Amino acid sequence: MMAVGLGHYLTVSAILLVLGIFGIFLNRKNIIIILMSIELILLAVNLNFVAFSAALNDMAGQVMAMLVLTVAAAEAAIGLAIVVIYFRNRGSIQVEDVNLMKG
Amino acid sequence: MTNWTLALPEIVLAVLGLGILLVGVLRKQDSTLLCTMFTLGALLITALLVLTRSTGFAFHGQMVKDAFSGFNQILILSGAALSIILALDWNRAQGIARFEFPVLILFSSVGMMVMAAASNLMTLYLGLELQSLALYVLAAFARDDLRSSEAGLKYFVLSGLASGLLLYGISLVYGFSGTMDLMALRDLLAHPANATAGLVVGIVFVLVGLAFKVSAVPFHMWTPDVYEGAPTPVTVFFSTAPKVAAMALLLRVMGTSFASLVGAWQLLVIIVSIASMILGALAAIGQSNIKRLMAYSSIGHMGYALIGLAVGTAAGVRGTLVYMVIYVFMTAGAFGCILAMRRQGKAVEQVSDLSGLASNDPFMAMAMAVFMFSLAGIPLMSGFFAKLYIFLASVQAGLWTLAIIGVLTSVVSAFYYIRVVKVMYFDPAGERFDPRPASLTVVVAATGLFTAFFFLFPAPIVAAAQSAAGVLFH
Repeated sequence: MMAVGLGHYLTVSAILLVLGIFGIFLNRKNIIIILMSIELILLAVNLNFVAFSAALNDMAGQVMAMLVLTVAAAEAAIGLAIVVIYFRNRGSIQVEDVNLMKG
Repeated sequence: MTNWTLALPEIVLAVLGLGILLVGVLRKQDSTLLCTMFTLGALLITALLVLTRSTGFAFHGQMVKDAFSGFNQILILSGAALSIILALDWNRAQGIARFEFPVLILFSSVGMMVMAAASNLMTLYLGLELQSLALYVLAAFARDDLRSSEAGLKYFVLSGLASGLLLYGISLVYGFSGTMDLMALRDLLAHPANATAGLVVGIVFVLVGLAFKVSAVPFHMWTPDVYEGAPTPVTVFFSTAPKVAAMALLLRVMGTSFASLVGAWQLLVIIVSIASMILGALAAIGQSNIKRLMAYSSIGHMGYALIGLAVGTAAGVRGTLVYMVIYVFMTAGAFGCILAMRRQGKAVEQVSDLSGLASNDPFMAMAMAVFMFSLAGIPLMSGFFAKLYIFLASVQAGLWTLAIIGVLTSVVSAFYYIRVVKVMYFDPAGERFDPRPASLTVVVAATGLFTAFFFLFPAPIVAAAQSAAGVLFH
């Protein structure tokens, strides 16, 4: 039985970060998936903060994690609102339709 | 001792913002004009509070008030005030005059002031997000316009990604150093043994996140689309205050906390700066939309301003700060002219729409020519001195490559700035523009005089930048 250490948390968080970034750039379908990817990145960061906080025996990381959660909620609210007005104007939230301005 | 009185300007501005929001919501009739005036008043009060500041650390080292934060905060407040004044009549003509507009700019300014005064990575992040959340809404402010909502969507996605990367960098820096305090980081990194690989990776992530906010290549993809799609007064705001705040953050974080690791990040900043200058010079040549042209122009200008950071000396930082002051006023003025481009109540934004402006409206053509010459860096205009201070600093530090590439890209970019002047003065006159509102004339005249006659009185601004830069290098 191997103990779960800081390295494991950092690995999981790095994998989540990469998944989030790839979700934004490789996703050709729906804007909602992009919003989910951004949340995934922020959660990866939170995992990092909490893991470091426990390893360093320092509260600042956990305080930061709470702040990030709050900001992520606000960001999701605004993001969904923007998606709604975009849908009202365009009639679609497919990523490939976000192409009015180019060059 | 929390010393919270040091944060009085930010607190007062935030509370006044809430009050103005209440006024706007509770009044039955349209209160756009009232809220705009209140917001300008609030910005003025805050600026006075910043000017009468005392210095020191507030909230147990979370915030710092010094000459550097004061300098940038005043510049941020000026940029916000200019955008609000320019927006008033344009928004009304466009049918998007809502009282939330000045309030959103106000809250964004609060975030930017916190950024400029951040002395801890936590404060830095919260200020940055407060700024960004308000900017997302502003970019999509013309909510019935497809282009504006697309601009908001693009800015939201890419800015969210950049915030995530910045945050990941902060978490690594925190984990591998054990602190988020900028001063503690500086003391810690004075010993080279503490600069672990994880910490350097964290610094690179932080640099990437901040480079996105100043729209430096290769993180500039959002800039042309957002500048073009957002309502023009929002574009004015995007191109002034947030750039100042993000540049202040870059200077403070890189210049103090990570200054002893200069070898690790200097090359990155040099590459980003060169790439921005080149892209700004080349990509703007083919643009026919003037807002898009200004977007590439701002990318190029951020490249010049970053030279000061790459140099990493007090002279370099002074050059960057002077550059930002001059950049804010000449850009706001140029956008003032762009906002005046309306025909039959519709905003037009092609370069060709300016044709023959000199015979239709000599004042505006003259002002626009001043701004274009200044953006190009023609001598005696303020933009020339901005570049001069930067190039001098980089030559003194022995970074000849940066200075030479900077001069060459200035020459290339002069082509498209002077093309605008040529269209205005030598092309056949087109249809007249609608009469411009007095607020535009006042802003354009004031920024135009500043741009044209900066060479007569550079001393106060350079001295203020000098003392601000001195804070980072004592």
